[in-house]
Amino acid sequence: MASRQNPKPMTIDEGSVHIDPAVNKLKRILEGKPEPDFLPGEYIGNYTTIYNMCIQKPPHDQSQELYDKYGGIFEDYAKHTVLPSIMEKHDEYMLRELSRRWDINKIMVRWLSRFFFYLDRYFTVRRSLPSLTEVGMTSFRDHVYNNVHFNVKQVIIALVHKEREGQQIDRALLKNVLDLFVENGMGSIKRYEDDFEDFFLQESASYYSRRSSRWIQEDSCPEYMIKAEESLKKEKERVAHYLHSGTEPKLVDIVQTHLLVLVAKQLLEKENSGCSALLRDDKTDDLSRMYRLYHAIPKGLEPVAAAFRLHVTAEGNALIKQAEDAATSGSVEEQVLVRKIIDLHDKYMAYVMDCFQNDTLFHKALKEAFEIFCNKKVAGSSSAELLATFCDNLFRKAGNDKSNDDSTIESTIDNVVKLLDYISDKDLFVEFYRKKLARRLLFGRFNDDHERSILTKLKGQFGGQFTSKMEGMVTDMQLAKDHQTGFEEHIKNLPKGVDFTVTVLTTGFWPSYKTSDLNLPVEMVNCIESFKAYYAIKTNHKRLMWIYSLGTCNLTGRFDSKPIELIVSTYQAAVLCAFNNTDILTYQELLEQVNLSHEDLVRVLHSLSCAKYKFLNKQPASKTISKTDTFEFNSKFTDKMRRIKVCMRKFKKKKKEKTKLIMIVVKQVPLPPVDDRKKVVEDVDKDRRYAIDASLVRIMKSRKVLPHQQLVSECVEQLSRMFKPDIKMIKKRIEDLITRDYLERDTENPSTFKYVA
Amino acid sequence: MPRTASKPKKKRSKPYTVTSSDTVSVPSASSETKKSSKEKDGKYKLFNKYANASSGVIDPEGIEKLCSKLKVSHTDIKILMLAWKMKSERQGYFTKAEWRRALKALKVDTIKKLKKALPELEQEVRKPLNFSDFYAYSFRYCFTDEKQNCVDIETICQLLDMVLGSTFRDQVDHFVNYLKIQNVYKVITMDQWMGFYRFCNEIIFPDMTNYSLELAWPSILDNFFEWMREKQA
Repeated sequence: MASRQNPKPMTIDEGSVHIDPAVNKLKRILEGKPEPDFLPGEYIGNYTTIYNMCIQKPPHDQSQELYDKYGGIFEDYAKHTVLPSIMEKHDEYMLRELSRRWDINKIMVRWLSRFFFYLDRYFTVRRSLPSLTEVGMTSFRDHVYNNVHFNVKQVIIALVHKEREGQQIDRALLKNVLDLFVENGMGSIKRYEDDFEDFFLQESASYYSRRSSRWIQEDSCPEYMIKAEESLKKEKERVAHYLHSGTEPKLVDIVQTHLLVLVAKQLLEKENSGCSALLRDDKTDDLSRMYRLYHAIPKGLEPVAAAFRLHVTAEGNALIKQAEDAATSGSVEEQVLVRKIIDLHDKYMAYVMDCFQNDTLFHKALKEAFEIFCNKKVAGSSSAELLATFCDNLFRKAGNDKSNDDSTIESTIDNVVKLLDYISDKDLFVEFYRKKLARRLLFGRFNDDHERSILTKLKGQFGGQFTSKMEGMVTDMQLAKDHQTGFEEHIKNLPKGVDFTVTVLTTGFWPSYKTSDLNLPVEMVNCIESFKAYYAIKTNHKRLMWIYSLGTCNLTGRFDSKPIELIVSTYQAAVLCAFNNTDILTYQELLEQVNLSHEDLVRVLHSLSCAKYKFLNKQPASKTISKTDTFEFNSKFTDKMRRIKVCMRKFKKKKKEKTKLIMIVVKQVPLPPVDDRKKVVEDVDKDRRYAIDASLVRIMKSRKVLPHQQLVSECVEQLSRMFKPDIKMIKKRIEDLITRDYLERDTENPSTFKYVA
Repeated sequence: MPRTASKPKKKRSKPYTVTSSDTVSVPSASSETKKSSKEKDGKYKLFNKYANASSGVIDPEGIEKLCSKLKVSHTDIKILMLAWKMKSERQGYFTKAEWRRALKALKVDTIKKLKKALPELEQEVRKPLNFSDFYAYSFRYCFTDEKQNCVDIETICQLLDMVLGSTFRDQVDHFVNYLKIQNVYKVITMDQWMGFYRFCNEIIFPDMTNYSLELAWPSILDNFFEWMREKQA
């Protein structure tokens, strides 16, 4: 008997009488057919029907049946309505239908699962069954998606191809459909990947492979790169608009592989438009693009950097060759060459910073390129020497010509320091620089600020030891001024003698100069003595060594017609003053009196009797000096000038330099460059031998035992800051140290050395 | 060496005696001294035969006499080996002690026996362990004053021929050739001398395929190697 409290249990069939119409109504609504919406009462009624059927006491509990029915509704609908409606369409229409059906399904799931909600509260949970939503979605996947995805994928790929070829397509539609693929993965991306992405990537690969084959034939490198860049941009856009974001890296990789990696060699080496051509023609935009494109590819930039290095090396080598060809009589125009190298460096450093985004790979390529050609010899001169000469000329001009801008000098100095970094024989540079610095300080006007500036920069770059001697030299000049002032104070009160200036140099800082036992005229001797006395008061334990070869004197020659002031070297003065007491002297007598070497005396006499100005008459009047000659003071000498500077020739004639008025330490005629250079190189070689010895001993002292190879490589490493040691020389020094009992070979293993304490 | 040493001496075969036992019986001190004095006499007699009466040592002249008696040339390696055996300190001179040392070690006291012992001595010296010691010794033997540590090229050439000529004829010939032609090196150091010996032992000659300039061979051998390569080209 039915009652309100105990209604008669409803069977599933009875229940279906209520449920089915509701479902059909829902379907009609969802399919867009004219149908009034569910009223709240209907909604609740549907829910309650199902609820009641669920709470019926077993065996009347209809939960399982309802659950099956629920699934059946979807299956039915999918198989009989949804799938056919999709399959009967093609192309875009099929996609639209699918998308529509998918949306419908989602709503249907939502509504029906609300009707059947009570099942989800207890039944599905207790029985660990898929929830209603899951059932609804799975049903779609199994009965619809699984059957259509293949064809759908084909359509999508065809559309993508269309878009790649330039036509417009409905991106939103594709996005919906692809989202569908993703969601049908039920939490995993695998369906999207397997059913769509893999095919898509394959298709994209062959697409771009075909493209690149065509483009590489037809287009120049810049054109190709523009197309490649464009393609990458478009594909990324594509992902943003309708593909899943996970596709992006894979797609980009494919595009890059086919457009850039596989054709890299062909592309970069294209004649007339490839990498080297772009460098040659300064196509910075194209080079920047090339960098951007290849930067993302692992190791992609290596061929570009290699081409860059080759190009810069070739340019550098060309400059060297140019300078060699232009060098006349063995003298190189180093001003021109160094400036050109500096300009080259600036130009390509700009490339590295701008086009190549300050990439270390390109910094390295630039460095290697410069190291190659900066270490080449030019017409017999090493680059170290040329650079030193360059600096010398730079500072001489600056010293004499105040109009030279300070900031350009500073920037040139910076460039010099940069270039020096590429030169391996840095110690050779220091030697040449030191010699020239000495001449500048002693004989020319020099600018203290500039000199100190470059030394500070060199010190910053290469360490204090690098510049210590040169700094000492510059400081000496300052001290010398102080000494001179002090000295003049000191002699102020003494009877007036000869005007006398002294520059005191600290040995060790300065290049070595030879001394001679010149017999000075008595007036000069007094000056020397008084300075000696003064100096002894001022300092302790310091011995003065007089370098007469570097001095000059102002003499007044009392000739018959008029007195003329003569500016001569100290050696010449000594000879001339010898004639103060007698008019005639033989060579031998002069030799004894003045006490110069034969070589020096011949030179002096030549300059005074056989050159432009004949202050002395020579018997016989030949053009060369011989040991049997006699000399007489030429009182008849005269000239329109009131003051004459007399230069001394050395045996090889070179260009003359101006002499100065400061006494004693003044510029002399420079030694022939070739001899000078040889001596400098010899000195540096000697220092290198000591440096190698010291380094070897230092290493062995700390390591005690070391195999040959390692010893050599550590030694090279230690010395690399100053120069690149010759391996053979290192070997010889090792053997020398063995002979001197600093090292010994291990008896078991003769290629290992042991330190001998 | 004092006659009354307390260390037990091995019994030695005396000349003209009947017994020569191998037992290590410790003879009584007196009989031992008697025997050793007899033996020593033998050696000293021999020594005095060749020694210079005034200087008390065998000088070059004496050595020449000795050599002719032994029927070996005085440039024969066996004489040098004899010097090594006696640890002779000064080339061309043998002192009494040195003489005794050698003859004692060789167990001989007559010229005849010495002559027989020489080939055995050579065999002994040629054993690798001994030979490298002998080789180093032969270099030092050329020193004429205390502070010396290297030997001139000419002497080296002769010494190489004597010491290594029979075992490494090829190498010695080429190297000596090289030494005579080059003018970088005026003397050879001990390190270079020993280096050459290692070279002969380790390097395939004349191919020198297992030689490398990267290794720790003395520079003179590097130069030699390059010179050989040039010749072979």
